[in-house]
Amino acid sequence: MHLPISDKIELNILHQNSHQAEKNKVKFNNYNLLCLNIMSSPGAGKTRLLEMTLEDLSKEFQSAVLEGDMTTNLDAARLEKLNIPVVPITTGRACHLDANMVSGGLKLLEKKINPDILDILLVENVGNLVCPAEFEIGEHFKVALLSITEGEDKPLKYPIMFREADLILITKVDLLPHLNFDINELKSNIVSTNPKADIIEISSITKSGFDLWQKWISKKILKFKK
Amino acid sequence: MEEWAEKKNKEKIVVEKINLKIGEFTCVEPISLINTFNAAVLGSWLDSSEITIETIPFEGKCSKCNRSYFPKKENGYKSPCCNFNLEEIISGRELKIASIDFKEK
Repeated sequence: MHLPISDKIELNILHQNSHQAEKNKVKFNNYNLLCLNIMSSPGAGKTRLLEMTLEDLSKEFQSAVLEGDMTTNLDAARLEKLNIPVVPITTGRACHLDANMVSGGLKLLEKKINPDILDILLVENVGNLVCPAEFEIGEHFKVALLSITEGEDKPLKYPIMFREADLILITKVDLLPHLNFDINELKSNIVSTNPKADIIEISSITKSGFDLWQKWISKKILKFKK
Repeated sequence: MEEWAEKKNKEKIVVEKINLKIGEFTCVEPISLINTFNAAVLGSWLDSSEITIETIPFEGKCSKCNRSYFPKKENGYKSPCCNFNLEEIISGRELKIASIDFKEK
């Protein structure tokens, strides 16, 4: 045996995922397709948000959804009712989507529709506030949802998710009068973790905030397509 | 690792250590990573290797006075000097294989 050799590598552990995410992004760019990665804990309202968003968004833009779910296609079935292309990605026991899964989903989408005609691809990630924050999928923007029933402290407890997000949607704000919840404290915790994120308060019951959310999306699509 | 080993001629080397740099501000729990690694390499060509983890501290920079500081959850990650929000992260997001120690057979 020879003496030990130390080979300096300085390679990102998630190098393979990042490499695939870059390839996905190139594909999205070639299709002129804006991709949003929608993330939250389970039950924060991602699927309901998409249902309501797509109803209005479809009037102006061509949309499609990649729907990540651990074991079922239940969420995908809900969105298919809106007559938009939906590709379910069942992750099995994995608690997040990775770039490879999204690449597979995109290939299935290409079989359904020519992505050239699409304006926006919404990717609903698996409900989890930890791992999805670390795995890029090739998205242009990350959107994190946080429902007020989860508590004001969540941006401090799951800082990476909220640090990485470009937009944070505070959901279920119609419940505010019924809860002992300090929305200003939540916002302050978001801002201290991520001062650059946009924040929108939203309710899928009263539809408050949906105009701002739709405007945010429209602006991003139009800027992307320029 | 496979790609690296192929370049080195996998059959002619023994990997002793895989040295990682893991930032404190990542979603990686070092102990879980070590346990998973040990389970994953059982019976493989990496069976006799181990991983070492150098923890990289979570360090931010106060955008008001430019001083570096260690953000704390209890303080909302704000700078202790000026009570400013965490704008710039200097370190703590690393997830790297820094180096690999190996011997030629």
